[in-house]
Amino acid sequence: MNITLKVWRQKNAKEAGNFVTYRLQDISPDMSFLEMFDVLNEQLIGKGDEPVAFDHDCREGICGMCSMMINGRAHGPTRGTTTCQLHMRSFNDGDTIVVEPWRAKAFPVIKDLVVDRTSFDRIIATGGFISVNTGSAQDANCLPVPKDDADKAFAAAACIGCGACVAACKNASAMLFVSAKISQLALLPQGQVERESRALNMVKQMDEEGFGSCTNTGSCEAECPKEISLENIARMNREYFMAILKK
Amino acid sequence: MNKFLASSLGKKTIMALTGLFLVLFLVEHLYTNLLLFAGDGGLAFDEASHSMVHNVFIRIVEVFLFLAIILHVYQAVMLTSENAKARPVKYAVDGTGKTASWFSRNMGLTGAMIFFFIVVHLYNFFVPYRITGSVGPDGHETLSHEVAEALENPWYALLYAVSVIILAFHINHGFQSAFQSLGMNNKKYSPLYKRTGTALAIIFGLGFLSFPVLFYFSHVTGFDILNWNQ
Amino acid sequence: MSSKLNAKIPGGPMDTKWSRYRSTVPLVNPANKRGLEIIVVGSGLAGAAAAASLAEMGYKVKCFCFQDSPRRAHSIAAQGGINAAKNYQNDGDSVFRLFYDTIKGGDYRAREGNVHRLAEVSRNIIDQCVAQGVPFAREYGGLLDNRSFGGTQVQRTFYAAGQTGQQLLLGAYSALQRQVGKGTVKMYSRHEMLELVMIDGKCRGIIARDLISGKLERHFGHAVLLCTGGYGNVFFLSTNAMGSNVTAAWKAHKNGAYFGNPCFTQIHPTCIPVSGDHQSKLTLMSESLRNDGRIWVPKTKGDTRHPNQIPEDERDYYLERRYPAFGNLVPRDVASRAAKERCDAGFGVGASKMAVYLDYASAIERYGKSKALQLGIHEPSAEQIKSLGKEVVAEKYGNLFEMYEKITGENPYEVPMRIYPAVHYTMGGLWVDYELMTTVPGLYALGEANFSDHGANRLGASALMQGLADGYFVIPYTIGSYLSQEIRTKAIPTDHPAFEEAEKKVQGTLDKFLSIKGEKSVDHYHKALGKIMWDKCGMGRNKEGLTQALAEIKALREEFWQNVRVPGGLNELNPELEKAGRVADFLELGELMCLDALNREESCGGHFREEHQTEEGEAKRNDEQFSFVSAWEFKSVGSWELHKEALDFEIVKPSQRSYK
Repeated sequence: MNITLKVWRQKNAKEAGNFVTYRLQDISPDMSFLEMFDVLNEQLIGKGDEPVAFDHDCREGICGMCSMMINGRAHGPTRGTTTCQLHMRSFNDGDTIVVEPWRAKAFPVIKDLVVDRTSFDRIIATGGFISVNTGSAQDANCLPVPKDDADKAFAAAACIGCGACVAACKNASAMLFVSAKISQLALLPQGQVERESRALNMVKQMDEEGFGSCTNTGSCEAECPKEISLENIARMNREYFMAILKK
Repeated sequence: MNKFLASSLGKKTIMALTGLFLVLFLVEHLYTNLLLFAGDGGLAFDEASHSMVHNVFIRIVEVFLFLAIILHVYQAVMLTSENAKARPVKYAVDGTGKTASWFSRNMGLTGAMIFFFIVVHLYNFFVPYRITGSVGPDGHETLSHEVAEALENPWYALLYAVSVIILAFHINHGFQSAFQSLGMNNKKYSPLYKRTGTALAIIFGLGFLSFPVLFYFSHVTGFDILNWNQ
Repeated sequence: MSSKLNAKIPGGPMDTKWSRYRSTVPLVNPANKRGLEIIVVGSGLAGAAAAASLAEMGYKVKCFCFQDSPRRAHSIAAQGGINAAKNYQNDGDSVFRLFYDTIKGGDYRAREGNVHRLAEVSRNIIDQCVAQGVPFAREYGGLLDNRSFGGTQVQRTFYAAGQTGQQLLLGAYSALQRQVGKGTVKMYSRHEMLELVMIDGKCRGIIARDLISGKLERHFGHAVLLCTGGYGNVFFLSTNAMGSNVTAAWKAHKNGAYFGNPCFTQIHPTCIPVSGDHQSKLTLMSESLRNDGRIWVPKTKGDTRHPNQIPEDERDYYLERRYPAFGNLVPRDVASRAAKERCDAGFGVGASKMAVYLDYASAIERYGKSKALQLGIHEPSAEQIKSLGKEVVAEKYGNLFEMYEKITGENPYEVPMRIYPAVHYTMGGLWVDYELMTTVPGLYALGEANFSDHGANRLGASALMQGLADGYFVIPYTIGSYLSQEIRTKAIPTDHPAFEEAEKKVQGTLDKFLSIKGEKSVDHYHKALGKIMWDKCGMGRNKEGLTQALAEIKALREEFWQNVRVPGGLNELNPELEKAGRVADFLELGELMCLDALNREESCGGHFREEHQTEEGEAKRNDEQFSFVSAWEFKSVGSWELHKEALDFEIVKPSQRSYK
């Protein structure tokens, strides 16, 4: 396959960036999107140019590090797929592909396609946990959890924290991410003790980080590589109201 | 409470509650307006309008109605500007068209158009009827005839028609969206909200569309729609 | 034996060693803990668990990871599950059985004391994780579900669909973030440790590079914990993450920490085969798939028919044939070698002929029938059975099947999956004693970074267990033994000459990389090294190949330092510079692995010396001469001294492993 790439190049957080066009030949349809970038970088290094910086690590769709806006789509056109698992067979010979970094005030660009997502870590640090110290747990089976609740909690917990929801949302809202964690813990008996403070604190931090608000367009759910449900956002709203009423 | 209102979730709640309240008003408004088609020369409509002006309860609700409109618009403006700030650098390629409907992404725009229409609409009917008194029991014209006259103007009829169609789409997304914002969505009930929202959108759309269409054509064809039953 | 190699296994009967140790290990009082600083490098299961637990106890903790968030550590990719001797299934499991299975599975090359402790604390891990809100799979009664895994005959594996590692890591990450929020852990993400700082023979800190600004930073710690994972990426293609590396462990090694059993690498039997030269990494298909899937190749060599066209009696279910007792659930090393044997003999399938089939057709039928029965459908049609069966299989393995389809473009519900072994885990690592301390005082290694618990082969679902055991339940106790002696040591200012010198050394290496300005990329050398390692130090090893490999690696290393091209600058985000440092270390490690493999004249677990096999082609151990841990002391680049830690078996009597 022959591909034309328009890639966002930006030296660092301070300098302005621009698109640079690259042409790639003999791309195998069996390559992953990132392997295509490996080929590009190998060529750039060969020519003495600087390779494109992009985040990636596990390359099996679970670490959440890869993050590319491909033709305006977070992680590209395939549903339920991270950039690393997107394969070139999803494109056609001769295609022009525009690749941009995640864009959000809360995700500043570090270099090229690399952005800073530590805002997510800070949100989790305000309440995305159950306060249990090591060694103080009771026997695991003392706490039965209805299978349905456990399954729903798992579905929410499957979030990989990649930030595609923010990237895809027209408002750069982080509500799918935050609600997934709030939901997971709200659905489990273990999470009940800190239920209210968790909702209040996480929403507060989310707002302070500068994410936008949800206008229920549903783009986040459509682009989420783990297909986290919008239902979680409704649950977060509910949790938040209850917490406001009680505290 | 301040904390709640200042939070992103609080603002969404205001949007949802005011929006649902405005939908309720539309039900009432559509019902009253449909009286125009009673064929009694606008009598039922004029009487209903008149009695509402003298009903204390309705007068109180009316205050809330204006408050709701103002709040809904104010929050929308605030949210839109904040949301724009959340993405200072825009994408070169916008792919949201593939993941969300146009109307869900442009509630601000459709809302602004509806607001414009509301202002014109109030200027045409509310101001002469309730403030200057040039229309109504003490004026030179009944309200029903004022409606019929206004809609003789093709531009006004067209504005009216387009606005109510936009309103229908605004409600189609807004209604179910409100339930999501209020945290009432789940697998079991969200289809119900969606269907109800769509049904309301169709009813309001067709219902309100009937006024500009029928009145304009009654003017063009000379068929007196206010008095068809007499 | 070297005097440095004191494993410090507590005395007394095996099943009371750990409890006695815990009751007698010196403690550090809460006021003193506040003054003691601990550096944790790595934020995977071991690192995050240790950092969180130590901070909860009151120590001042700094945690480093090279990724943008601690949640990205590669523990997250573990799929299948975590073992624990809970005996919830009432199938006769016990601490002893888990201990025994692990020692046997490791082909009698692990320390009994460590493994017994691991089996004991395995139960606490499940309790801890459930309390944290880890959503393990459950049965309809609300209690925890288990599945079976290779190398065992009980169901002791706890799981969360095919994402167990993710859920456990996110549990540990949430515990870590809780401490970060409290200010008891200072988190340094996008930081890479590049040197150890030694003062008066003790480890006192690290030099780390801020990967965004490129600046070098000095960090003091009373103790340093390396939780940096394994070194499987020495093979270039492996199931490890792209960033997984040996650098931290290797710097420790070069500062005096012995490296244990470097040649013990695990080749995982069920991975998606290589599709071309562009391949950057290999993807694992969880071992749990072997629970229900059947592995086969055609009985005829070079059979090119579509797998669904090959009739039942022309298929060779070679694992079931060779190992009737364990069948498709033999340990990983055995399964991998069996696949290699069939492919080398010409029975391989797929375009490359380097793959075997993993078939779910019979599982789909079996589950379909039982589901139909549950639903009260009498005499279901073949169609109905198939569709019900697919539903059940999707519930159990859905995400794995989807992943397979994404990568290969084939639908595994309809066509058997093609699989082939790939490098997955390294049992070898920094040598540690019972307290997890390396031969450098104050320097610890946890999780996959150490060598301790898996011997020559790791059983499935045991890596998660070990990482969390080390982090949550071992290090919080054992570190007291060292730190209780350090309560008078004040924090050493980082302008100490040792810090300065260490930083200068790192700076020198980084400058060197950028100054070479050669012709070949870092990846070029990494791929070349990987090929040598896979061909000559991979699934099968022999004297001739290893000797060649030693020479080839040396030559490659020399060329690397002459001709590598590292673009970009020092004080900026520069992924090529990061890779160069990692590959430089792999080029030294690869040599040690081959040396160790050459030295170990026996076959055991993942280490298969072709010269040492039974007539049936099974691994042949040599307990008389090789019942020891190889602990290599670094002398200079390319030169090591071997120390041996004898393995004394008190409980388990080593025998030829049999899964027949």
